[in-house]
Parts: sequence; C-alpha cells; structure tokens
Amino acid sequence: MKNNSDQKNKREHSWDGIEEYNNPLPRWWLWTFYITIFWSLVYIVIYPSIPFINLASQGLIGYDSRKSLEQEIDKHNKINSEIIDSIKNNSLYYILNDNTLTQFANSGGAALFRTFCSQCHGAGAAGSKGYPNLLDDDWLWGGDVESIYQTILHGIRSDKDDETRYSEMPQFKDILEKNQIQTLTEYVLFLSQKDSNQLNFSLEGQQLFQENCIGCHGENGLGNSEFGAPNLTDKIWLYGGNKKSIQNTINYSHFGMMPAWDGRLDDVQIKQLAIYVFLLGGGNYSKAQQ
Amino acid sequence: MVNTFSSSLYSSRQPIFPKRVYGQFRNWKWCIMVFTLSIYYFTPWIRFDRGPNLPNQAVLVDLAGRRFYMFWIEIWPHEFFFVAGLLIMAGIGLFFFTSLFGRAWCGYSCPQTVWVDLFILVERWVEGDRNARIKLWRKALDWNKAILRLTKWLIWLIISVLTGGAWVFYYTDAPKLASDLVSLSVPPIALFSIATLTFTTFIFGGFMREQVCIYMCPWPRIQSSMMDENSLTIGYRYWRGEPRGKLKKNFRSLGDCIDCSACVNVCPMGIDIRDGNQMECISCALCIDACNNIMDRIGKPYNLIGYFGLNDEKRERSGKTPYSVWHHILTFRIVLYMLIWGFIGFALLFALFIRPDLEMSVYPIRNPLLVTMSDGSVRNIYELKLFNKLPTTQTFQLNVSNPISTIEIDTSGKFSNIISVPADSIQTKKVFLTAPKNSLAAKIDKTEITFWVNNIKSKKRIYAKSYFNGINQ
Repeated sequence: MKNNSDQKNKREHSWDGIEEYNNPLPRWWLWTFYITIFWSLVYIVIYPSIPFINLASQGLIGYDSRKSLEQEIDKHNKINSEIIDSIKNNSLYYILNDNTLTQFANSGGAALFRTFCSQCHGAGAAGSKGYPNLLDDDWLWGGDVESIYQTILHGIRSDKDDETRYSEMPQFKDILEKNQIQTLTEYVLFLSQKDSNQLNFSLEGQQLFQENCIGCHGENGLGNSEFGAPNLTDKIWLYGGNKKSIQNTINYSHFGMMPAWDGRLDDVQIKQLAIYVFLLGGGNYSKAQQ
Repeated sequence: MVNTFSSSLYSSRQPIFPKRVYGQFRNWKWCIMVFTLSIYYFTPWIRFDRGPNLPNQAVLVDLAGRRFYMFWIEIWPHEFFFVAGLLIMAGIGLFFFTSLFGRAWCGYSCPQTVWVDLFILVERWVEGDRNARIKLWRKALDWNKAILRLTKWLIWLIISVLTGGAWVFYYTDAPKLASDLVSLSVPPIALFSIATLTFTTFIFGGFMREQVCIYMCPWPRIQSSMMDENSLTIGYRYWRGEPRGKLKKNFRSLGDCIDCSACVNVCPMGIDIRDGNQMECISCALCIDACNNIMDRIGKPYNLIGYFGLNDEKRERSGKTPYSVWHHILTFRIVLYMLIWGFIGFALLFALFIRPDLEMSVYPIRNPLLVTMSDGSVRNIYELKLFNKLPTTQTFQLNVSNPISTIEIDTSGKFSNIISVPADSIQTKKVFLTAPKNSLAAKIDKTEITFWVNNIKSKKRIYAKSYFNGINQ
C-alpha cells in the first residue's frame, strides 16, 4: 500500500491514462527458478529419463527400479533369514507348535496362495465344481499337514512328476447296464443321506456297490485317502451331489489334475503353503496333537 | 503522464538493520521467546514413566511403532482424529487471535519471528547496534569485517544445528539418540532431517527473514479476511501525529510526530507503520515501544502508535473516549470463533475420557459366505481384531451369543476361545463358528449374533455384533 502512491513504482508505459504499478519480484525468487531448471538437467543426466525406441537413456548412476526392488526384497529376506532357515530345517509339526513360525508361514502362504492357487481354488479357497473347497474338513488325499504338503509338492495326476498322487475311477458305462447304474446311483445317494431316513435302499444296489466300488470307496463308502477315493457318506460332493450328477460321475468318472509345485516353488514356500491351507479351517489335527 | 523511470522486473533485497528497543512489548516478546524456545528444545527430554513395555518419553511421535505419545495420552493410528481435531483447533485459534489482536501469531510466536529475533540478537551482540551494522555493511571487506561476519555465521550455524537436532528428538528416544549422535551411529534419515532443518533455519533466520513472511508465507494473504474494524491492530494515530515535523520550540501547528524515524529504525520488516495498515506488518509491536520512548522524552502522551481498532478513529477524532476493550472483544465474529473452538475442545476431551482400553472389531469373511462341512453343519469364518491399549498383556475369553443358541465356537485342535493380547498391540484371530446340520441358524439366511470378549482378570467385557449366514433354502 505504501509504495503504490510513489510515482517511481509505476511502469513507464501509459495507455489512455491507464498505468500499471511495478511490483518487482525478489531477485532470489528468480534465482530459485533458475536453480530448479538446473536441477532438472542434473536429474535428466543422472537418472534414466529420455525415451528412445527400445530403451530410455540409462543415467549416470545406473539407477534401475527393478534392481532397487530386488535389493529391497533381498534386504527383507536377510532380515527374515533366521525365521526362513528355521522353517527350512524343521518339520511341519514343529512349525505348527511355534507361534512365530506359524504366523510367518501363514502370512507368506496366504500371499503364495493368491499368486499360484487362487486361479483354481478361488481367492477365498472355496473352490468350485471340480476344484476342491479347501475350507471344509473333507480331504480326498488326507487333511493332515503332511498330506497337504505331499499333495502340493507332487500334485495330483501330474504328468510332470513321477511321485504324483494318482488314481483313476473306471467309466462304468462300459461295465454296467443302464438300469444297474440307476440302481447304484440310488444306493450312493442313500449312503450320503442315511441319517435323514428318507430313502430306502435296495439290496440290489448294495450288492452292485459291493461288487464294484468297495475296492476304493470302502465297504461303508467312507472312501480312502490312499487312493484319493472320496467319502460318499458325507455332504460334500466335488462334482455335485444330486442324482443326475452322481449318475454322470459313475458313467463317465471324473479325475481332476493339479500341477506339482516341486521345482516351481522352493521347499520353504511349499511348507508355508501347506501351513496356510492346513489352517484355513478344515485341517485334520489328530496327528498334529501328538 | 508517461513516467520515464526505467524499472526492473526484479529487485534485490534491501537489507534491514533493526535497532535495539526497550519497553513493555519488547520485554513481553523476550518472555515469549524464552518460553517458546524452551518448549521446543526441552520437551523431548521430559520423561514420563509408562511401565516396562512402553517408551518413557513424555512427548514422542513413534512413526515406526505407529503411536503418538503425549504424557498420559497415547494415540493409535485409528484415533488420528484427535490430532486432526487439535489441528482444526489450532486453525480456529489462529482465526480467533487474528480477529482479536490482528497478526498476534505472526508478531509474537511464529517460529520464523522467534528465530529471526534470536538471530538478530546474535547479530547485534557480534556486530553492534543499527548504526554500527550499517557502517560495517558499507565498509569494504577487511580482516575485521570478515572476522565479525564469520563469528556471526558460526553462532547462527550452531543455533541452526541445535534447532535441527532438537527436531529429531521428538521422533525417537531422546537420550539414546543423543548418545548415538555423539558416537555418529545414527540412521541416515535422522542426519538428513537435521541437515535439512539446519539449512532452512540458517537461511530463513539469517538471510531470508522478512522475505519469508512477505513472499513465502500464505498466511499474510488471507489474514485480512479475519479482521474487521473492531480488531485491535497496531496503527499510527495520524490524526494526532500529522502534520509531522521536527520538534522546534513553540511551534504549535505541528502534530505529535516529530519524524524521528524511531518506529522505522526498529522495524524488523523494514516498513513505515505511518503508511497505514499494510501486508508486510507482522504486528510485533516494537514500533509502539520505540515511539512511546520518544513520547516520554518530548513529554507527549503515549500511544501515538499503539493498538486500536479502525472504528476508534472517528471517536478519537471527535474527542470522545475510544471504545472499551470489551467492545472490541465481544463481537459476533470473535464469540463465534470462541464457541467453535470450545466446542471442538470439549468434544475432544469428551472423546478422550470415554476412550476404551480395549477395542474389538469383527469382520465376517465373505469369500465364501459359508462353508458346508462333511457332516452337513454350516461354518462361518470371522476375523477378530482385539486392540489392547494397556501396558500389560491381557487375556480374554471369547463367547458368542445368539437368539437360538446353536451356534458354537470351534475350539478343536489349535483353535481356542482364549485370546491373549500382548501389551499395547493388536491381535488378529480367525474365529470359526459352526451351526449343526438342520439347525435353524444353518437353514435361515441370516442370524444376528453377538461376540462377547471378557477380560478374565478385570471381568470387563465388550461386544460386537455380526451376522451368521446359513444356507438359504
């Protein structure tokens, strides 16, 4: 305000009597502006900046965001090396009895699961038709933590792994008559709904079952995790539990495939995955408590 | 008329040499300087016993541990609204004081003002008062000038390092960091903070000074909107002072102002208060002291320059007494600011007193909504978070109640309904609830349930509501 009345603070021009005040910027402001321009040039020189057709200019200090990410990962691996070694060198049951190890394995397993397993089993591990739900307590190949580890390591019916879990249910459409399959389907349905007492079973069905199925599914249809034979008396059906689905399964049989992770993931990662899957809620504890 | 003066678009800084001044406001400013600087430098060194598991520093911003400690108050990240509330209060407090006393914040307690005041004190101590400093400035560089300049810069630098150094103590345990600093084994971020703050303190306090207020600070640009004719600001009673002129005996046609430039010489902003209220004025009140000393000497009444509201002018000119202080203070705007300020303050205090030691959140996992188990029972999974804000480990028992009471917590295997939460931390726990096959909860869409958490020792309990999803048949 004080300066506005001074004549000398007006610009030298005047248009039809309209004049302009001169409020000069501080000179240091100008210098700051020049310094920022200079700094941007420094930045261009020392960091990757100018894009060419294949690559950008590399910069003088060789900065690389991928490299810095790798260093960051290495740093954290180093920080966690003690706990990672402990997971590597100890049994799964030992890990489960140690809170810190369990927590570490569980978190790491969760991340691995989302990357490698969720494509089939779903992000929440609930699976879908043909892909087992890992949250329930029904396990085709065993639900204790070591069986889960084996399954992840070698996969199921994997053609890349000699130790993979393997079984194959025959297609009964070539073995039994149509009406026999009908009878057998009704018997299997009866097995799973025994407790509701709504269905009567036919002796013929029972006989067919004993002749054809008990080798794998057991006399009472309880299944056998040695051959990945499902328990037929429970409420969980991988390929559907209604009459039509069961009949379809008997006729054509199903066998899913899971890749072996041996070689694709390291042992620590597979152990972490096993712990994670085990702790999803359906893990079988009877062995772990020993 | 065309002015032929050729002016530049840029101007260099005109050096300012504020003169030493004595008086009531100067003393008041010394007190505020000692007070604010003491708070800044000594607060991190106050100890406050919080028991074995927690830091014993009274004021600590623990960024790594995500806690803010202030004496008996401990703020967790999810309670950040306390900090937001304090910042809002600070903002409204600033509005309040501005509409009350003009730029009292700028003139008395802004860090820029306080540190510049301190730097000028050093400058005066090394180089002498205004006239000596002007002389030194005009003198060509010689040994004497070089030594004086270097001494001054060295002392400024020491103050700057101490300023930057004090800042980092707020973020970690002060005595430990101090001993680490001595042995030079501090993390780079601490050194970087110290270096940055040392640099800014040195430059802003020593060389930029009023340029910071005029060109860098946004506050002078908006402060006038908080002021009205009732606001007490520092001004020149031109109706009393004009026409100004040198004091001569028996020359009665002149006003009280003898044009001695005392008010200009002491101004740290280098302005003339007699030009009226202006953006550069930070209301530091040193011109009041300077002018009153002159008035004292020439036997004229005080406060030719003083605090008054713009609406006092008319009354004073017509010979009436000016408005009372209360008239200036009890205006609608000021009362409104005070009410808002007080309301937020009470709300924060209230929130602080009802702040629980234990908090719980229950998050039902919705992918999938439910799991059918092999026996046909239905399971829901929840993620439970328990916040233990006490300095000791607490053990809790978890129960679930629901109107049809068939839902049970799975406690088989590794699962247990006893949760122990370490001191000052959050425990996350997966909880599995199961409703038996064909029970009502398993069959209907949604059942309202309540999670109860009982502290086993203190018997205190809290709850959180959620839902249990059944197979909707």
